[in-house]
Amino acid sequence: MRKILLPAIIITSSIILIARIFYLQVIDENLKLQSENNAIKKVFDFPERGYIYDRNGKLLVANQPSYDIMVVPREIKNIDTTEFCSLLHITKADFIKKVEKARVYSPMLPSVFLSQLNKAEYAAFQEKERKFEGFYTQKRSLRDYQVNFGANIFGFITQVNDAILKKNKYYNSGDLIGKQGVEQQYEEILRGVKGVKYLLRDKHNKIIGPYKEGKFDTIAQQGKDLTLTIDYELQKYGTELMVNKRGGIVAIEPKTGEILALVSAPTYDPALLVGRQRSKNFTALYNDSISKPLYDRSLQAAYPPGSPFKIITGLIGLQEEVIDEQTTFYCNHGANFGRFMKCHCGLHTLQLNNGTYKSCNSYFGYTYKKIIEKYTNSNYSVDNWANHVKSFGLGQFLGTDMPIGAKGLVPDSKLYNRAYKGAKIRSSYIISNAIGQGEVLTSPIQLANMMAVVANQGYYYTPHIVKKIKGQPLNKKYTTKHYSTIDKQYFPPIIQGLADVYNNPIGTAAGLRVQGLNICGKTGTAENKIRVAGKTYQLKDHSIFVAFAPQENPKIAIAVFIENGYWGSRWAGPIATLMIEKFVNGKISRKDLETRMLTGSIEDEYKKIENIIYQRKVDPTRVEDSINKIKVDISDAKKEEEEN
Amino acid sequence: MKNQSVGNRIDYISILLYIVLVIMGWMTIYSASLPLEETSIFDISQIYGRQMLFIGLTIPLIFIILFTDAKIFEKLSFVFYGIGIILLLGLFVFGVTKKGQTNWYQFGGFGFQPSEFVKTATALLLAKYLSFSQINLKNTKHQIIGLAIIGIPILLILMQPDAGSAMIFLSLIFVLNREGLPSWYIFSGVIAIVLFFLSLVVQPSYLVGITIIVMIIHYIFNRKISRNPIVYTLLFLIISGFIFSVSYVYDSVLEPHQKDRINVLIGDDVDMKREGYNLNQSMIAIGSGGLFGKGYLEGTQTKGGFVPEQHTDYIFTTVGEEWGFVGSITVILLFVALFLRIIYLAENQKTKFSRVYGYCVASYLFTHFFVNIAMLIKLFPTIGVPLPFFSYGGSSLWAFTILLFIFIKLDANKVNEW
Repeated sequence: MRKILLPAIIITSSIILIARIFYLQVIDENLKLQSENNAIKKVFDFPERGYIYDRNGKLLVANQPSYDIMVVPREIKNIDTTEFCSLLHITKADFIKKVEKARVYSPMLPSVFLSQLNKAEYAAFQEKERKFEGFYTQKRSLRDYQVNFGANIFGFITQVNDAILKKNKYYNSGDLIGKQGVEQQYEEILRGVKGVKYLLRDKHNKIIGPYKEGKFDTIAQQGKDLTLTIDYELQKYGTELMVNKRGGIVAIEPKTGEILALVSAPTYDPALLVGRQRSKNFTALYNDSISKPLYDRSLQAAYPPGSPFKIITGLIGLQEEVIDEQTTFYCNHGANFGRFMKCHCGLHTLQLNNGTYKSCNSYFGYTYKKIIEKYTNSNYSVDNWANHVKSFGLGQFLGTDMPIGAKGLVPDSKLYNRAYKGAKIRSSYIISNAIGQGEVLTSPIQLANMMAVVANQGYYYTPHIVKKIKGQPLNKKYTTKHYSTIDKQYFPPIIQGLADVYNNPIGTAAGLRVQGLNICGKTGTAENKIRVAGKTYQLKDHSIFVAFAPQENPKIAIAVFIENGYWGSRWAGPIATLMIEKFVNGKISRKDLETRMLTGSIEDEYKKIENIIYQRKVDPTRVEDSINKIKVDISDAKKEEEEN
Repeated sequence: MKNQSVGNRIDYISILLYIVLVIMGWMTIYSASLPLEETSIFDISQIYGRQMLFIGLTIPLIFIILFTDAKIFEKLSFVFYGIGIILLLGLFVFGVTKKGQTNWYQFGGFGFQPSEFVKTATALLLAKYLSFSQINLKNTKHQIIGLAIIGIPILLILMQPDAGSAMIFLSLIFVLNREGLPSWYIFSGVIAIVLFFLSLVVQPSYLVGITIIVMIIHYIFNRKISRNPIVYTLLFLIISGFIFSVSYVYDSVLEPHQKDRINVLIGDDVDMKREGYNLNQSMIAIGSGGLFGKGYLEGTQTKGGFVPEQHTDYIFTTVGEEWGFVGSITVILLFVALFLRIIYLAENQKTKFSRVYGYCVASYLFTHFFVNIAMLIKLFPTIGVPLPFFSYGGSSLWAFTILLFIFIKLDANKVNEW
């Protein structure tokens, strides 16, 4: 017993040591991580972000250098805080707060202390950087916008948030990432890959050389340039036309599905979200819940399509052979479909052609009734109709290369069975769909795409906004034709009707005719209401217009949506026509119309809505104009920059 | 017989293990102290260069021991011990104070730590004393003398104060146990240590409650020893007194840095940048080694110098970081092999003197080894104890070499008549 005590203790304690070492070395991952933070310093080399060009090679977005001051809280040592603060124009309280915030993130990892210094601040700081242990400057590139529009297309650059940091290992605190628009969608292409140098350091934080002779170091890969499908001139013009209006314009090249213009109003100068004022400005834009400048109406807003939807009703009617060009319906300021649907067409005997250019509700009501009543099984009829509609890209995400979108709505039998609790779906219940006032909801880009289908007589390419990525082919998705369920032969009569909207002296857009250019268009108005505090308010109709041109060889398909713009021919029609003329002819012949659109404002109407929402007694002078506020912000930011 | 050379009879297994450990030790020191620009491995301006010199000097030392008459060690054990005690006393007058401990003599460039020498002397004297035929450790008087041989240097060393070295001497209790000291000495020592830590973590009153329960159970099931209630009561009073005095000792007797070391171990409110820094960095270095280590000379923690005193007491962290679990286990097994080999040889000695001395060597080496590594991985409070053959320093390397080779010489001599 006495003989084996010491050997037993030796063996037992060695097993304990081995077990403990096994735990530390093989099981506990935490220590390895701490070792990395401890002894290896990563120095990043951020590549320049790719430039963004318009379809004709005009530079839209470039870069400017910017410097962040980074801090590693653990390494702060003997700092003359007073000098430090006065150099960077911050208060001591600020200093303490920022260091504390960084410490909470990590005492060992670098955090941004002060972001986006201008050149003067950087120069002053850099001279004395050595004196401030624990702080260093990190060069990054910031966006330098060459245009003051297109914010909804580009998106913006921001620091990564905690959620992304946790999910994506590539990013470190303080890194920049694209948000919204193409900056988000094409983040990995634009940003490139940052280079990393691993440096070994000792306990005094002194760099003692490259880690493993730089075996793991990587070289930064430049971001790739993007060429957008956007036409600079058209986008700019659209933005100007939408000043003081709310809504969206989407223009598509039917032959390719390329988005020529994507205008959302109100918008903001993309430069607002660059520099130290970024977060202040972003908050202002974000909090503007009335005009919602960050909300891309061209992509995200789903409205009832109104009369442009009659195009689809007509096409389906022809395809289902429930009507032909000679089919005649009667209108007497409307027609009775179980309930009376009013009509303002002013005609009495209608066929496809004049039904289209006069936008007769009765004509399309009867057509729709025939479509729905074609089959005895109403569920089948409704689904058959819905499938036709969906083949135009409606009621689903189009699959554009923008990170946001709206699905819209195309009702089917399932939805109606739920709504009507399984009762037979009668055409009279759902007759409003005939004229785009029922359950159907579409976004401006869906309507533009629908017009592309009509222009192409039966197919579309998925709308997309990137034309070229340097050294990389375009996604196949955007070069594949999608066919609608309507045969090509049924398009010409409808197209003729749409041309007559302009060309027939009593067509709904006869006043917008452009000499020498055959435009096919369709006006529309869509009712809308809001409910505030239990009461429903009828608001002024949305003004809608869809078109493509030229009739013979379509180059542009367009949808214009103006919130509360009333008749389609009042705002949306003229704006669409001007856009088409600008794109096809390159110049505007109707100067009077142009001036009226550029200077026209619907702000009074929006103020009324705002007053309703806030339940204010009308006192327009005291209502702050959010758009003007943003403009003031822009000029403030610019002034500040100049001063610096 | 007498003229047969030592070379034929010495134990090559122990010597081989010794050589391997010393070489690995030097390689580790080389890695831990490598400057940025490489110089010759013999450059004595560098730590590894000096260690190379120290290792070189062990060779004549070993030969001197092997060719000395083995009887000298036994005969002069009283003298060695006496000199040792005088050297310890002399420290109070001539000693050099380093880090609050007065445990060095300084001769020009070289230092000398007498406690290293006293270890060997104490082992020799203890062996000599126990080898007297009339000595029986069941006898209280003999127990007291045996304990005094160990206790005198412990007291003097504690006054330096050098708790680490003092603790090493305590390990000789294993030797006394092997030679017949009643087991309750060790048993109560272990209980005392366990109770000490428990009473820092658990409420003393709970601990006393647990003690009562344990003793009642013991009383009920005890058949062997006399069930004398007075003994139980006395024992209970001693234990309770001990438990309650721990907090007093902890608060009033222990130095702040000693308290810190205990706090670090029990994880009580520790600032990893101050008192917890050493242990934390040491665990990071070892833990970051992983299964196979970062490779020799590739340790990032080692190169960055994050672990303080890495070439001395913390040398094993470099093993852990660069050679990983596989390397650590190899080093541990080499040590264990050496310890077991020494014990095996000791048990086969013809004379009691050699056996006791061999046991002392094994106890010393093992205690150094265990305390040193255990403190790096948070199993033991931080105590400055070198890792035999690995830690930098001529004094400790020579002391371990002398300690070991005297035994190898005694072993080689076992067939000789005395």
